[in-house]
Amino acid sequence: MGLNRHHFFWLTLLGITLMLSSFSFQLYKAFDARWIIRFPKKYELPTEKWISAFLDWLVDSANFYFFTFRDITRAIASLIEWPYQFLRNLLIEGFQSGLGDQAVQYAPSLSWVAVITVVVAISYYASDWRLGTLTCACFAYLAVFGQWQSAMVTLASVLIAVPIGALGGLFLGIIAYKSRIVENCLRPILDLMQTVPVFAYLVPVLILFGFGPVAALVATVIYAMPPMVRVTIVALKTVPEEIKEAGKMVGCTDRQMMWKVLVPSASSSLMVGVNQVIMLTLNMVIIASMIGAGGLGFDVLASLRRLDIGGGIEAGLAIVVMAIALDRISQAFSVRTIKEPYNGNYIQRHPWISTSFAVIVGTLILGIFIPSVQAYPKEFTITTGPFWSDAMEYINVNFFDAFEAIKVFFLQSLLLPVKKFFVGIPWAWGIMATGLFAWKLAGWRMGIIAFLLMSFIAASGLWSKAMVTIYLCGVSVFIATIIGIPLGIWAAERQGAGRVILGLMDTLQTLPSFVYLIPVVMLFRVGDFSAMIAVVLYALAPAVRYAAFGLKEVPEHLVEAARMAGCTPIQLLLRVKLPLATPQLLLGLNQTIMLALSMLVITALVGTRDLGQEVYIALTKANAGQGIVAGFCVAFIAIIADRVVNASADKQKKRLGL
Amino acid sequence: MTVNVLLDCKNIWKLYGAKANSILDTHVNPDINTLKAEGIIGAVRAVNVQIMQGEIFVIMGLSGSGKSTLVRCLSRLVEPTTGSIKFDGVDLLKATDSELIEIRRKKMGMVFQQFALLPHLTTIENVAFPLDVQGVKKDVREARALDVIELVGLKGRENYYPRQLSGGQQQRVGIARSLVVEPDLWFLDEPFSALDPLIRREMQDEFIRLQNLLKKTIVFITHDFDEAIRLADRIAVMKDGEIEQIADPEQLVLNPATDYVAEFTRHVSRAKVIKAATIMSPIKKDHFGGEVAHDATIEEIADQVEGSKLPHKVMRDGQVIGQIDSSAVVNILVGRD
Ligand SMILES: Nc1ncnc2c1ncn2[C@@H]1O[C@H](COP(=O)(O)OP(=O)(O)O)[C@@H](O)[C@H]1O
Ligand SMILES: [Mg+2]
Repeated sequence: MGLNRHHFFWLTLLGITLMLSSFSFQLYKAFDARWIIRFPKKYELPTEKWISAFLDWLVDSANFYFFTFRDITRAIASLIEWPYQFLRNLLIEGFQSGLGDQAVQYAPSLSWVAVITVVVAISYYASDWRLGTLTCACFAYLAVFGQWQSAMVTLASVLIAVPIGALGGLFLGIIAYKSRIVENCLRPILDLMQTVPVFAYLVPVLILFGFGPVAALVATVIYAMPPMVRVTIVALKTVPEEIKEAGKMVGCTDRQMMWKVLVPSASSSLMVGVNQVIMLTLNMVIIASMIGAGGLGFDVLASLRRLDIGGGIEAGLAIVVMAIALDRISQAFSVRTIKEPYNGNYIQRHPWISTSFAVIVGTLILGIFIPSVQAYPKEFTITTGPFWSDAMEYINVNFFDAFEAIKVFFLQSLLLPVKKFFVGIPWAWGIMATGLFAWKLAGWRMGIIAFLLMSFIAASGLWSKAMVTIYLCGVSVFIATIIGIPLGIWAAERQGAGRVILGLMDTLQTLPSFVYLIPVVMLFRVGDFSAMIAVVLYALAPAVRYAAFGLKEVPEHLVEAARMAGCTPIQLLLRVKLPLATPQLLLGLNQTIMLALSMLVITALVGTRDLGQEVYIALTKANAGQGIVAGFCVAFIAIIADRVVNASADKQKKRLGL
Repeated sequence: MTVNVLLDCKNIWKLYGAKANSILDTHVNPDINTLKAEGIIGAVRAVNVQIMQGEIFVIMGLSGSGKSTLVRCLSRLVEPTTGSIKFDGVDLLKATDSELIEIRRKKMGMVFQQFALLPHLTTIENVAFPLDVQGVKKDVREARALDVIELVGLKGRENYYPRQLSGGQQQRVGIARSLVVEPDLWFLDEPFSALDPLIRREMQDEFIRLQNLLKKTIVFITHDFDEAIRLADRIAVMKDGEIEQIADPEQLVLNPATDYVAEFTRHVSRAKVIKAATIMSPIKKDHFGGEVAHDATIEEIADQVEGSKLPHKVMRDGQVIGQIDSSAVVNILVGRD
């Protein structure tokens, strides 16, 4: 294969970029032109200030004749406040009247036995005994290992945010399904919301709602709702045309059509959306502990800040356990098969409701006399904190040199050179190069969009931070891909290994992003290398999954034909299966990049100097403009990557005639 | 016997494409090539049909010939580009949304190729669904649904969900659902095409049995000519959105109007469509082996006539109108003209 036009294009682009990157400093010195390496300050866009000023105006003086903006946020806050408080009372504090010392408790919270019974009952209703046992073990873990209180705080937040997010998403999705215009307006907003990093939500919400659980819940709902909107639109659209026609032919009104035909027919797809809402909610509730959500997330955050290794791991494991329980229950609902109804009277027909009710009342009464029924007895809790601390200490004492050596090796041979390359690119050429890159892979329209988006980043004075983001993301994605694709191949070729690997990936994906930071920080402390490891772990799953899926999707007759042509297994893989799986591999790459970018922002907590740090600083200073602008910059990078990779995947698909 | 026209359609067009709405202003009766050149799909073109009270009207044609689109125009699931449709004296295309809902609730029923059952409802709930939509009380509608379920032979499966039923059983539910409101006009869009051949045959028998009981007015769609001639009183053959010919099965085979129809009917066994009256001869004898109905097909009477040395009387309305002997029958059976 000789050099063709395409190779020439890419080599030239890379060559020029390398040259400019290596010599930008010399150029600046030679021409005494500082603008080469730094966007001139006086031309920077004042977007930050505008946004901050706008928010200030909203909060302080926006007035819509009958009410102020403040009234709206207050109304929303109180709407969320009281059911949240009710749940907290129900699960944690018990119901009382009066304040402080005079408080009289007239009903205790649900006992731990009752909560576990209800959870098991729901699991059994959704699926079977196996799920019931699993969730029972998960919640028992929370009690036995002393995480109950915090876990219930987190659970209360989830229980508030999920219905709002799911119903709100369903509602918006239905409106978008009914009206083209609404759909076209919503689509770009949803795109943006899914790529704007989570921290960026927190800043404006913090300013509008103040520090505390309500603000955390608002941010959580905003974060968790978009996928439900999408799922709803798709689910309603994919209801078979004939079913819609059947609905019309029996004379359904519009409302009957929606609620008696479309929504029920789409219910299992809709439950997939609800599952996503639950998982995103949990993820966000943990992160939102930064603006006062409390619960398990707060425990992790506090431990990280104190460098309390044991405490962090304990709380982190509790999050994992809870994530697994919630995920499995909500997944079970989406594949739930309707069971034969029980016959008999009310109690016999609803054995689980009656059992739960009996246990709730029973433990309420028993709890008055035997405190350990009400709250899991303190003296029986097992704390693993010291164990983890000792283990980490042991590892650090005995293997410090090994870990340090690994870290130094990666830093010197990979991270630092790549960083130098990206940070060195002069902004003006960087904008051009991104435009050309996008034009070549995704057409001139995308080229122009990429050019404009990158220009915005430069003009916001965030160029070098953006380059650090791109470099860290690039390296992490690269490593995730070279680990992930072989794992995917292995999973596709060997059934047994496949089940284990894919199961592991499923679990990895259900874990809130925060959790990944804990072991990494313990072992490698802060810095780019730690960030990279956390990102790789978080972003690995899609690379594996899509690779496995792509290989399994290769049509059987092609595989047979190749075998009959005498291909060895290796040839079969390299010449037939992998080329045919490239579109799927590219989609996996796309997902990996998206996850990497969203995780990267969170790794600001372990001290990276990228856009994530910018957002994090904005959060600590409550500077909304700064946070939103930096958030948009991350979103823009994500959008460019997404469009370009998708366009390549489409091109490959066309070429392969799929 | 006077026959009423239940559904009267004149000059129905359904065009898809960017210029679909303007082309008919500039062209009179554009043919398929003109449409293609303009980037328009002519799904239904210049169709005139009259459906008579109580008949089985079969629309037949290859896949993509526009059958489904036509029947959806007739029920206004698809808005025709132009044309007029009179249903029971009412102008269907002028009906408001609420009138249309009323007409569909009370007077129309439809059966779908892929059954289109609601997955979250049991058999009985699916069948009772049209009544539920009308606000009929639960015990009343379920009692009515049970009757229809029994009628289609699904008794005992009331509480099954669609996915627990076989394809044939699911379509029985679909049929029951469309019959529960006792519609005047019954549309069936390839109801048996998704079924295995053996089941299909069984369902056709079932369908004939039902129709003998119910005597509905039926618009039945199929791409299977054998199915068409088994069931039809009249057949409309469609091609590229146009109707090539409307005739009863016998006429279609004996006098095809176009080459296309001739090609279509060439391989049809004539014994299945030709009727006794068509090949009878004037009465010559007074000894007969038995009697046959004038509208019985040769296939139906073959064994009876062939097995006897004497000719058979051909009867219509209790009158002898001719005779038929075994050589005439054999000629048809072996394909001698
Ligand atoms: N919504 C639509 N948009 C564009 N073309 C359509 C649409 N519905 C049907 N057609 C076209 O109209 C023609 C007739 O389709 P159809 O009525 O489904 O045929 P049949 O039922 O005989 O198989 C086909 O060429 C089909 O592609
Ligand atoms: Mg069709």
